[in-house]
Amino acid sequence: MYKRNIYKVVSNRALSAKSMLMVLEGDTQYLTAPGQFVNVEVKGKFLRRPISVCDYDEKTITLLYDIVGEGTMAMSLLEVGAELDLLTGLGNGFDVEVECGKPMLLGGGVGIAPMYNLAKVFLQKGVVPVVIMGFNSKADVVMEEEFRDLGAEVYVATVDGSHGTKGFVTNVIENEHIEGDYFYACGPMPMLKALSANVVCDGELSLDERMACGFGVCMCCSVQTKSGAKRICKEGPVFKKEDLIWK
Amino acid sequence: MSVCLSGVRLDNPVIPASGCFGFGYGMSEFYDINILGSISFKGTTRDARYGNPLPRVAECSSGMINSVGLQNPGIDAVIAEELPKMREVFHKPIIANISGFSLDEYVECCQKITNEEQVEIIELNVSCPNVHGGGMSFGTSAESVAEVVRAVKKVITKPLYVKLTPNVTDIVAIAKAAEEAGADGLCLINTMLGMRINTATRKPVIANVMGGFSGAAVFPVAVRMVHQVSKACNIPVIGCGGVETAGDVIEMMMAGATAVEVGAANLRNPYACKEIIEALPAEMERLKIERLTDIIGIV
Repeated sequence: MYKRNIYKVVSNRALSAKSMLMVLEGDTQYLTAPGQFVNVEVKGKFLRRPISVCDYDEKTITLLYDIVGEGTMAMSLLEVGAELDLLTGLGNGFDVEVECGKPMLLGGGVGIAPMYNLAKVFLQKGVVPVVIMGFNSKADVVMEEEFRDLGAEVYVATVDGSHGTKGFVTNVIENEHIEGDYFYACGPMPMLKALSANVVCDGELSLDERMACGFGVCMCCSVQTKSGAKRICKEGPVFKKEDLIWK
Repeated sequence: MSVCLSGVRLDNPVIPASGCFGFGYGMSEFYDINILGSISFKGTTRDARYGNPLPRVAECSSGMINSVGLQNPGIDAVIAEELPKMREVFHKPIIANISGFSLDEYVECCQKITNEEQVEIIELNVSCPNVHGGGMSFGTSAESVAEVVRAVKKVITKPLYVKLTPNVTDIVAIAKAAEEAGADGLCLINTMLGMRINTATRKPVIANVMGGFSGAAVFPVAVRMVHQVSKACNIPVIGCGGVETAGDVIEMMMAGATAVEVGAANLRNPYACKEIIEALPAEMERLKIERLTDIIGIV
């Protein structure tokens, strides 16, 4: 189920030069799984902004987002107490029922957002996930301490080597000889493509594309999969590794 | 608030436009869609189509460009799977939006859809390129529009509405050609051809380079064309393009529309049609309109 509601900004703070963490208060009953997204109305912009849910509970929704354009810039300027119009409950989210003893949660940049709630869900079940986060540079690294505080096993890679392992998430898996039995991934398409090709175990990946509606009617975010055309916003954003086609 | 399109009575003039509402059942998660006058379903072709590469959408000031490329499961799957699901939740007249890349395709699709229960109007999208006509859109030539209308009229039992493209020099000439060929009504406007460039990457935002521009920004163009066409023709016109409010519906009807389609507004606000319908009585009262049918083409 998905619905529209008005949410109040409880906090909205910068974690780095481009990453922001926003906490919203309001109805969260339509959020049912980590990996779902919300579609945020931005005053003065024609289309909503689809943003992955970083965390949620009975009263609040936390969004980790990068300032990438005018819409997210406007979001970053919202003060505490401001009201936001959101569609919630969008997308399928990650499958947390998969039997696995050592899940790897792989996030690239702002793609680490949905891994936070996913890590929480695993830890609540008594499973300690390995969280591997990739960023361009030390200045971009966010949420590292927050993931450690949850109790996850955390690794960081930076492309320029300024923090953690030099290189990508895949380099961490190789260098640290991490043998997970299932993976969850979210991040830029080249990263997801590399993970699909290089990670041996089964897994699922959250895709990101330009969307218009976010609830399945416009067909703007439709991708070809091995089981036919699928809407990222509706049947996705999370797809099983074996279902995706990479060119 | 009721209106009549070629003998088909609608509770109100508000119709979600094709491509902006799917087959309705997905939208019924937001509200009871039976409050709508009708629904024009997702443009359907003979064969299943995946459509164009991604990205398919670009945002603009007060609008958007899309280049979906008529993704749809094909007419047989629409009849076998989509329409039954639609009829399960929607019990009002359905407008079947049909597209084609050849005369034969239009005829075949219309023949298949015409006797479907609840399909009360067939809306022909003539904006696709004619593969046998050098790729030029059917809708940009009066002759080819007339040819399609004549061919389709022979095989259908429901009123035929032609959805016209605004990307022409003289929309009145094309509208008249459709009327003379036997069209029962017209719908205008389809999207306007547009383009955006990402100045950082120096590439078009949309993979297909160009796409259809729609949204509030095109409303004045739609009002102008509805006005021109409805003055020149004697068949009902469904006004479409940039409608977002009850006031827009009334303006479009004053320009000459008998009913009004709402497109892109649904994508930014899934409750757009519901809010318009709920706001109509107050707006009518404010403007001292007793019946909506009284204002059709009043300007």
